[in-house]
This record gives sequence, C-alpha cells and structure tokens, in this order.
Amino acid sequence: MTTIHPLEINFQDKIDQEAKIEPKDWMPDAYRKTNLRQISQHAHSEVVGMLPEGNWITRAPSLKRKAILIAKVQDEAGHGLYLYCAAETLGQSREQMIDDLHSGKAKYSSIFNYPTLTWADMGAIGWLVDGAAILNQVMLCRTSYGPYARAMVRICKEESFHQRQGFETLLVLSKGTEEQKAMCQDAINRWWWPSLMMFGPKDSESTNSDQSMKWKIKRKSNDELRQNFVDMIAEQIKLLGMTLPDSHLKWNEQRGSYDFGEINWDEFWNVVKGNGPCNKERIDARRKAHEEGAWVREAALAYADKKNKIKTVSAA
Amino acid sequence: MQHINFILSLADSNLILSQRNAEWCGHGPVLEQDIAITNITLDLLGQARNFYQYAARLINETGNMPGHIATEDSLAYRRTEREFKNILLCELPKGDWAQTVLRQYFYSAFCKGLYFQLLQSQDQSLAAIAEKSLKEVNYHVRWSGEWVIRLGDGTAESKQRIKQALQFLWPYTGEMFMPADFENNNGIDLASIKKQWLLDVQTILEEATLQMPAEHIFMQSGGKSGTHTEHMGYILAEMQYLQRMYPDANW
Repeated sequence: MTTIHPLEINFQDKIDQEAKIEPKDWMPDAYRKTNLRQISQHAHSEVVGMLPEGNWITRAPSLKRKAILIAKVQDEAGHGLYLYCAAETLGQSREQMIDDLHSGKAKYSSIFNYPTLTWADMGAIGWLVDGAAILNQVMLCRTSYGPYARAMVRICKEESFHQRQGFETLLVLSKGTEEQKAMCQDAINRWWWPSLMMFGPKDSESTNSDQSMKWKIKRKSNDELRQNFVDMIAEQIKLLGMTLPDSHLKWNEQRGSYDFGEINWDEFWNVVKGNGPCNKERIDARRKAHEEGAWVREAALAYADKKNKIKTVSAA
Repeated sequence: MQHINFILSLADSNLILSQRNAEWCGHGPVLEQDIAITNITLDLLGQARNFYQYAARLINETGNMPGHIATEDSLAYRRTEREFKNILLCELPKGDWAQTVLRQYFYSAFCKGLYFQLLQSQDQSLAAIAEKSLKEVNYHVRWSGEWVIRLGDGTAESKQRIKQALQFLWPYTGEMFMPADFENNNGIDLASIKKQWLLDVQTILEEATLQMPAEHIFMQSGGKSGTHTEHMGYILAEMQYLQRMYPDANW
C-alpha cells in the first residue's frame, strides 16, 4: 500500500476547495510537470501559430484586413509571452523551453502543421481554430494553477474577438462572388476536421486526462469539449450558408446534441508524430528565426552589461 | 494635383515600409522585439491609411475621374510601380536586424521633422494626421535609435553588421531631402529638416561608436517620381495579387 504524503493531502484539499495553487506552494512533482508541459506547449502553439497566419500579412486583400491580421498575429505573440512567463514560474527558463520546441521534445498544437492556402483560411482559422481554442481556454480560466488561470483570463478576451473577426471575414466571402464563396467553402472543408482534432484523443485513449481532472488542471474532458464545439459550429455555419464536410452530421433530438462522423485518427497521430504537411517547415522557421537572432540577443546583452558596469563604477 | 501627389507619396512610403517590416512578424530575433517591430508595422500602416483616405477624399472632390471612386484600397492596390511615389529607402529588403533598425531610424527621424512642419500646414486635415502620427513616430525614433546604439556598441559582430547596414543604406538617405515636383512650394522646408536630421543621426552614431559617413556622396533617387528599384515590382505583385486577380470582389 502506498502512503500519501500529508503535504499531498493538504494540496488536494486546497484544490477541492477551489483555492489556486501558487508558484511557491508545495505541489507534487507530477502536477508541476503536467502544468509545465501544458503551459509551455500552449506558449509554443501561440508562437508557432503566428506562422500560418503571418503567411498572409503581405498579401491581405485590403488595408483594413491587413491591419486586423497584423494585430491578431501580434496578439498571439503577446499570448506566447504571458504563457512563457507563467511557465517560468514552475522553474524552467524560456530558453530551455524554446530549445525543447526546436529539438522536438516539446509539442505545440498540431493544427498549425496545416498550410494556409487561400485568404479564406484566415477566416476559417479565426472562426474554427480560435473557436476550438476558446472552448478549451474558457475552461482553463478556472484551472487550478494560479499563474496559468490568470494568463488565460487575459488571453480569452482577445481570442473571442479573433473568433468574431474570423467569422466576419468568412461572412463577407460567403456573400461575395462565386469565386469567393467557393474559396470560403473550400477553407471550411480543409479546416473542419483538423479543428475537431484540436481537442485531442478520445477520452478512452487519453492518458493524462483522469489525473488532470482530479487536479482541476482541466475541468471538461476532450470529448465533452469537442461536442460543445460541434454543437456551436453546426449552428453558426447556417448563417454563412455553407456546409460542414461531414455526411454524418445530424441533430440528435434525444441527446440534445449533434452526432458527427469519425475523425481520421491515423492522420491525427501522424501529424502529432511529425508527419503533417508543415511540421518540418514550422520548426525550421522557428529555429531559423532563433539562430539568426542569436547575434542580436548577444549584442543586447553585451551592451546592457557595459552599461551596468559603468553604473556600478560611477556608484562606487 | 501636386498636393494630392504629395499626400500619396507620404502614404506610399509608410505603406511600403510597413509591408517590408511585416516580413519580420513571427520571425523576430526575440519575442519582445517581434512584438515591437510589428507594432511599428501597424503604426506605419495606420498612418498610410490616414493619408490614403484623405488623398481619396481629395481626388473624389476634384471630380476628375467620373464613374470612378477613389478609396484607400484603390490607391494602394490598383496603382502600378510607376505610379507609386515612396522613397527608395522604404522598398529595400528588410535585410538583417541591423539593416531594419537603421533604416527605421533614418526614416522615422526624417518623419519626425516632416510631420513637425506639417503641424503648421494650412491644410487642417493634413496637420491633424501629422499630429496623430507624431506621437507614434517619436516612439519609433526612440526604439530604433536605441537599437542602433546597442548594435554599434554591442559585440564585434553587431558592430560589423550595423557598419555594413550604414554603408548600404546611406546612399538612399539623400532622396528624403531632394524635393520632387510636388514638393516645390508646399511650405515644407526640406533643407531645415535635413539639417536637424544630420545632427540627430550624428548624435546617435556617436553614441553607437560609429563613424558618420561622408555627406556628399552620390545619392540614389527616383522613388518619388516613380522610378523604383527592381524590388518594387515584387512588393506590389505580392501585395496586390488578390485585388488584381479578383477585380470585382469585396473583402
């Protein structure tokens, strides 16, 4: 029989009473690790997520759309920053997290391994990808680790704005020329299934879920969140006059929810393992930016050191 | 028309530099600076839009083009490289971080002087845009100036790189102060802006432990009159592609 450490009992009590766990509080190693993995993965997702959308900044079709897109991608950089800071409170440096991303040890959301092929993808990402992310993030605003929960509150406000912008981008296309309508439908077709995959494996296959629920790191299961998403989008798409690429999608009166088809799990696991269409490109781009920025960071440090020395000398 | 062309030249320079700086988004040397350069990108785009919207209003008021309504987008997306009036400095590749921050400093320090004079413009709308832009430009000057100093007085490598950028960019700085047709008699005193600009540049370069380049070398020009570098066609091909491909679409 394993004995439970009194500290751990106390820790679980706190969580059960909905108190937040703060950086200096005692926490089980696995709690620290799970949070660190999840928060850093989330931070990486924001930063890698800048790439597929950044791909369209120089080609945005109007100055207004360009401004909206730049602001959005910049928000994502900001989110990355808050999240790296939140993760650092668990005792790992940002530099180490970035190294882990570049080496492939740390993951990021697989959705960003899909390419952005047309302008309509900017709308589809905002509406579907940010829409899926929000469901997860709203839940995380109440996660048990304090710094993560607080970062999520700030992030959620901006994300819901992004989702509305994405929907509005598609709405304009859906009312536009035949070519624009086709572009809109095509983007929805390509982004729908990957968006469903964002909620992760089925509950029956998810290894981390039970403990994470007990620790209130997450409060809803993957399948619950996925169902919420389907129910939301299946209604919203009616306003666009478009369709979702799923012949099994059907309102189920009894469940009060939509039934939907089976995700291609083979594709899911392959993209997770690095075989998605853009896995290599995304990591290469991040690595390149980091390597090419090394001399800039070194120069900034060297300059700051010089200035500090001068200060120290003049203060002596 | 001269006045409109002047406003368009301001819009074009801001837009094209914004377009260039946007290439950093997601690829900056460190996240904080990715955000900073993207901020500047957004500011420049915002300024460009204010100038385009105003130019469009003036064009529509002249009624010279019946059946055709000018908008910020028609001006940005439907003119050719020979019609764009941005200075060459703005269209040069982003290069490395040294080239980007030094170009930004040169351009923003110039805009600071120019917008300051525009505050006195008889054209109230233009003065109002200048006033709004100045707040942003002051930050751009400070941010880019600090980077020039940091790189000049940082490591051996950063010094070498900023020196190279200085050598490359310097011949493109003269155009800012060479009046185009549309800048004659518009109340802007480019000579006095230049005087202050040279002093500002000298101060920053000294602090960056860099040599001031010779002032009287041959300067590149042509942007203001639509004779651009070979880069320009590619910038517009990329930027205008959707508007050109789907001329009847609204976005």
